Amino acid sequence: MIFFKLFLTFFKIGLFTFGGGYAMLPLIQSEVASNGWLGEADLLDFVAVAESTPGPFAINIATYIGAETGGLFGSFCATLGVVLPSFIIILIVAKFYIAFRKSRLVEGVMTGLRPTVLGLIGCAAVTMAMTVFFPAGLTLTLTPAVGVSLAIFAAALVAVLRFKVHPILVILSAAALGVGCGYLGVW
Amino acid sequence: MKNKKKKSASPAPGGEGTDLSAGSPAPGGEEKDLTAARRARKSTLRLALEVFLVFFKIGAFTFGGGYAMIALIEREIAERKKYVTKSDILDIVAVAESTPGPIAINMATFVGYRTAGVLGSFFATLGVVLPSFIIIFALSFVLRQFKDVKQVRWAFNGIRAAVLALIVKGWVSMAKACPKSVFSLIVAVVSFVCAVLFDKVIHFSLLWIIAGAALCGLVYSVIRDKTGKGAGK
Repeated sequence: MIFFKLFLTFFKIGLFTFGGGYAMLPLIQSEVASNGWLGEADLLDFVAVAESTPGPFAINIATYIGAETGGLFGSFCATLGVVLPSFIIILIVAKFYIAFRKSRLVEGVMTGLRPTVLGLIGCAAVTMAMTVFFPAGLTLTLTPAVGVSLAIFAAALVAVLRFKVHPILVILSAAALGVGCGYLGVW
Repeated sequence: MKNKKKKSASPAPGGEGTDLSAGSPAPGGEEKDLTAARRARKSTLRLALEVFLVFFKIGAFTFGGGYAMIALIEREIAERKKYVTKSDILDIVAVAESTPGPIAINMATFVGYRTAGVLGSFFATLGVVLPSFIIIFALSFVLRQFKDVKQVRWAFNGIRAAVLALIVKGWVSMAKACPKSVFSLIVAVVSFVCAVLFDKVIHFSLLWIIAGAALCGLVYSVIRDKTGKGAGK
């Protein structure tokens, strides 16, 4: 039962994700949360793991959630689910690909899909920010933990946007800072 | 004609001799096509296995998903192996972006199909998926073991804030690639508000937002084309 559910959920996610990178994040977040498979903070942790391991994010997260909920066969079902819609659709498109490229229908649909993905990722990022900065609910008191988190966030943002530092280096530095702050009793 | 071209492009390494005749519809071309097809079938499996290896390598060495993969696909598939041309790569990226599913999978399936048909697309996709699958499955045990170690928890406390920055960065580059218009802005803002509402107030699936946005985009572009034409007349 869990296997079928994993397959179906990830099939749905694969079918409705457009664009690369984190376009899949909002759907994963809402589906995973509604099934109770992975907490918000766990998901963020896993994004870090996925960034630091090779391969497409979609496959990494499907395999991981599958493994956490249903072992090896769970991984297989989730990964198959996320791959299958792509596979089938591309096979069809590859046959009629010139018609597809020139299609007004596809162009029109994409006109709407590109910005909506931005809105959805924006929402996912805000919800995640809440769990990072206010794990115990929204407060206005600036605890050391909140301060350190905000500082790491700001520094990381400048590093990746302004200085184009490699994501893995950013993650490793943040991990070192996290451990250091732990010894100082911040968390 | 279109199909013929595609077919003659795929068995390039095996059937160079017959390749020329495939382009011209001369009498007897059919027969030659048949032998070419037979020869192509023999080499299809070999080609498919080659594609598998190339995509396995790509899957094992790209960090950060689909877009990071484009450069490697260009080098391995277009420059070194010459399965597809460089301008094909642009088309493949465009198609991968406007079809559902992870870009990496879309590209692998498409390149595989172009190289060795359905068999090729199967092996290419398997190749790009397998490294991730093996690595993450093994890692899931390690993660479970170390989750309760104090230092690991601290490390992840720091990492979460940094990951948030990576997500913001991903958002910024997507926003840069998105065509800028009033319509885009409205759709993005409305989607954001709806997503927050669906998450916090009414429990509705995000799929409705995606479907709604697709419909709005379609209606908008039809209206835009109509009024644009009307103004032209």
